[in-house]
Amino acid sequence: MSQVTRERWDLGGTQMEELLSDVARFKGESLWQDAWRRLKANRASWYALVFLMIFGGISLLAPVLPLPSPTAIDLQIEPQPPVAPWQELGNDGFRREYWDLNALDESLVDLRQLIFGDWQLSNWMGTDAKGRDILSRIIWGSRTSILVAIAATLCSLLIGVSYGAVSGFFGGRIDNLMMRIVDVLYSIPFIFVVIFLITIVNEYRTELEDSWGVNREVVFYVVIGAIYWLTMARVVRGQVLSLRETEFVEAARVIGASSARIVFVHLVPNVLSIVIVYLTLTIPAVMLFEAFLSFLGLGIEPPKVSWGLLAVDGSEVINPVRIYWWLIVFPAAAMGATLLALNVLGDGLRDALDPKLRGKD
Amino acid sequence: MIRFLLRRLLWFGLTLLCVVSVSFFLMRSVRGGPFDNERTLNPAIERNMQARYHLDWPQWKQFLQYIGPLNLAEDGAELVGGDGTDPFGGILTGDFGPSFKYRDFTVNDIIGQSLPISVSLGSIALLWALVLGLTAGIASALYRNSKTDVALRLAATTGIALPNFVIAGFLVILFVFLMPLLPVAGYGTPKHLILPGFALGAPFAAYIARLSRTGMLEVLSQDHIRTAHAKGLPSRLVLLRHAIKGGLLPVVSYLGPATAGILTGSLVIERIFAIPGTGSHFVNSALNRDYTLSMGVTILYTVLVYGLNTLVDLAYTFLDPRIKLEES
Repeated sequence: MSQVTRERWDLGGTQMEELLSDVARFKGESLWQDAWRRLKANRASWYALVFLMIFGGISLLAPVLPLPSPTAIDLQIEPQPPVAPWQELGNDGFRREYWDLNALDESLVDLRQLIFGDWQLSNWMGTDAKGRDILSRIIWGSRTSILVAIAATLCSLLIGVSYGAVSGFFGGRIDNLMMRIVDVLYSIPFIFVVIFLITIVNEYRTELEDSWGVNREVVFYVVIGAIYWLTMARVVRGQVLSLRETEFVEAARVIGASSARIVFVHLVPNVLSIVIVYLTLTIPAVMLFEAFLSFLGLGIEPPKVSWGLLAVDGSEVINPVRIYWWLIVFPAAAMGATLLALNVLGDGLRDALDPKLRGKD
Repeated sequence: MIRFLLRRLLWFGLTLLCVVSVSFFLMRSVRGGPFDNERTLNPAIERNMQARYHLDWPQWKQFLQYIGPLNLAEDGAELVGGDGTDPFGGILTGDFGPSFKYRDFTVNDIIGQSLPISVSLGSIALLWALVLGLTAGIASALYRNSKTDVALRLAATTGIALPNFVIAGFLVILFVFLMPLLPVAGYGTPKHLILPGFALGAPFAAYIARLSRTGMLEVLSQDHIRTAHAKGLPSRLVLLRHAIKGGLLPVVSYLGPATAGILTGSLVIERIFAIPGTGSHFVNSALNRDYTLSMGVTILYTVLVYGLNTLVDLAYTFLDPRIKLEES
């Protein structure tokens, strides 16, 4: 048998090159390339992705755009209705008023003044009761909301993936214990713990900032992240449980890789696809949670603005005398569209990455 | 079955102990107490009030006192109950003690008054979420990829994406101001519960629609459904008798989290519609450092969530005999 094989593979140099060039012509398709192709084929998800990228770009560039200040107060009796862009494109009333921006954003605002001077867009989406421009508040608010969402999600990712991977890898009694702990945590009404924690953080905010250099928002991210890891841990654990019996893990063990190395170098990359799917579903959940906490007055604080705060402002001005529809419709539309896009993208990613669907179209 | 319930009970005790001790010590380690006011009290009065509720004790002692029917006071003086006469029995006897802020009420009184309101609101929300969600989900699965399906799915995704107070805002504009059909807020008549119930249930209806669609699609592609069709059963019967039972399993398992979510959501909805339910007490009592009320509400919610989850697990085994109760 080995004789035959040797003969068949005992090729001359030119033949070998031919063979290699043949091989080179057929490009293999990795999981990610395949997933990317599928995602592009899924129209809804593709639009969602494009929308999110455009919106992300706008919110990233917010300081450079000729938007009115999101905090400059112009005390008026009542909110001003929207001015359509074709009625008045812009005016020269820019006032440089923001909350404490970081150095990068400060210099971006400098750049904005350099480019546009004092020219700013009109109130295309109207103003709120304090005369602040809604469009600007939506875009600046998206920065806060997206940052909260990403930071908290990353935090939950870190905890969830490590916990799940360790639990699944060791199995047996350790796994049992770790998963029981997750079960217990699941049945705790976490929202209440969060409310406690945030009231506590509020109480010690000055100490936290002075002696630890930690501001309230960071704690906010960590607290939210710390409660969203449970599902992630379960999912990752399930995957790892089946993966740890595979040959490549055995091979790694034979070479003498340590447990930590096997878990974090060999196992974790293999569960990434499912983790990414859960990420896109966790981000909307976190954004909603931020809105919820802001509604209770425990979230982001004015003068900073977030979508949660905007939605709260909108639902507060509902009164029978006059309906300031722009205060509730535009923020809700921005939030709804983004969360919708994230959900659609998450579903699309799940279809694209689901191994069960692989090879089918 | 009995073993399952016993084991659940054991874990329940553990969970509750966790919740009680964590929130007890967390709350008391925070600066500020229940008697803080804008006006500073005379120190002697404050000391007396602290002594009345045994807040001057070391924390571990307060904790033991809070848990069980023990009398740890050295002079034998019992901790007062709500009306100032009954001794406080500890939570093991079902007595949550006097409220620190609402001086004339016990926590049991407050919960007794507000819980029925929250429960009625929550059940309406859950009921409507189930009815609407299941109808939409099953319709969507039956007419897969049709226009109805796409529209329903879009509606469902939007419902999941919007926070419930935004939905509530739209509803109020629509049904109170533009079409004056329903009262804007308050509590009293069944009419008052329609809008809040709707707003509270909407995201869950959306989620249930999605779950039931997926579940139904999976079941509809299975062999036993084809067999049922092949032997000539009318489609309606195939659906009702064979498909629904299996297709709704994911929905059943979602009911536990959904109930927890509805409880949480009612914090917001109760505030918007000025409904005097339990939710409003939660945030306020935490902010007011009303230790006993806050603990009482937290324990109540833990018990509710845990109990409902256990019920859901039990229901699961009745619906799907393949699932065994012994969790491994």
